[in-house]
Amino acid sequence: MRVFCAAVTSLFLLFFFASSLPAIVEEYTPPPMTEGMYPCSNCHASMEVNRKKRELKEEHTDIKLHHAESMRWCLDCHNANNRDKLRLYNGDLINFTESYRLCGECHGYQYKDWRAGIHGKRVGYFAGPGKRVYYLCASCHNPHDPKFKPLKPEPPPHRPKEDHDARSEQ
Amino acid sequence: MQDRNNRHYTRREFLRNLSLTAAAGASLPLLSSCSKEETEDFLQKHFREMTPEEKKRVIAKLEERYQQKYGKKFQISTQAAVPDTFWAYGLELSRCIGCRRCVYACVKENNQSRHDPQLQWIRVLRLKRGNLINLENSEHYYNPDLVPEKGFIYLPVQCQQCQEPPCVKVCPVHATWQEPDGIVVVDYNWCIGCRYCIAACPYKGRVFNWAEPNIPKEEINPSVHYLGNRPRMKCAVEKCTFCIQRVRNGRYPACVEACPTGTRKFGNLLDPNSEMRYIIDRKRVFRLKEDLGTEPKFYYFFES
Repeated sequence: MRVFCAAVTSLFLLFFFASSLPAIVEEYTPPPMTEGMYPCSNCHASMEVNRKKRELKEEHTDIKLHHAESMRWCLDCHNANNRDKLRLYNGDLINFTESYRLCGECHGYQYKDWRAGIHGKRVGYFAGPGKRVYYLCASCHNPHDPKFKPLKPEPPPHRPKEDHDARSEQ
Repeated sequence: MQDRNNRHYTRREFLRNLSLTAAAGASLPLLSSCSKEETEDFLQKHFREMTPEEKKRVIAKLEERYQQKYGKKFQISTQAAVPDTFWAYGLELSRCIGCRRCVYACVKENNQSRHDPQLQWIRVLRLKRGNLINLENSEHYYNPDLVPEKGFIYLPVQCQQCQEPPCVKVCPVHATWQEPDGIVVVDYNWCIGCRYCIAACPYKGRVFNWAEPNIPKEEINPSVHYLGNRPRMKCAVEKCTFCIQRVRNGRYPACVEACPTGTRKFGNLLDPNSEMRYIIDRKRVFRLKEDLGTEPKFYYFFES
């Protein structure tokens, strides 16, 4: 009886404290999809599966694979029978929102760092009740061409003379 | 009574009383010629000596003044340091591409003067690859069409939030100090503009309002902290505060959010699960000019 009472009390306490804790919202950025492409099954469900490595001439012409392309083709990551899913090496199917698990299969060190918040990017709140927002791998890297593209830098600071000249012109 | 009459005045005491009387006499007409507002400003206390009521009064006054000047309703926070926090910053040098997105995000968030004077709290140095830490040969006016450039690395520098801050030591009026969460702040109203701190800082972390700051009204950020990003005035020194208005509410600094490559990291050194502790435990970290003994809380690190 005593054991039972203790169990009930501890359960009650657990629920009491759990409900009083502020709910922390963790959110991943949505996977970047080309407008109107998803769900892929809209087109692919009625198409025959073609596993041949080839140049895509009719659709997806914007995709140029530069990601170990000599060893890889579409269906190594995209699932052949259900195109709305990605496929892990062991055959498990995952949603596009979980794509980091697929990336992590090859890029283990980066995956480990990403989970700790070191590789990649987090924005929003890191403490308190605010929303935590984590960027997916694909938010920064194009999965078909993951290397970062060079950027135009923001303008350099004024040299002291420029500031002085601007003032004397006024 | 007897005592006071018989008291023998020393020369030193006489001189001191004389100078006090003179100072009071000189300041009376000075103060009476000022408007009530100016007198109030002149007599405003040091931030750390204000009572909560006095703070409230000062905040109300400032909010009204900013409303008039910028046409926006300001929220001025005086939030104190959160207990059990000690902030530190991480920057991964192997990722920075020198795009300066952080610089302009900081300018916008922290209401820095856009031109005449142009003030920026982050300076991105460009160094020849293999020439790291040879800061004398760095360049921060680089302006290529695209970054990163071959053969160069980029080293963003801002206030390093030293644990032994030389700028705090030299301030003759204690207008700058280190908060309990490790952030070095400035009371802009108490600052006399002597710029000793600028000379003392080995990282060029501080900048000076040589003229009244210019901020476009539509770009002003009205969510401010008294010790952080509230609009400054001419003759005040300013610097990075790790976005004190954000981090004390648990939000990442503006430069962290702006970085397109995820180079910038931020966290609490006292929290064993924080990003900063992970970096210090597992990465090869270094701090700038460690030999000076300033103990910065700004850790540069490499992919390892």
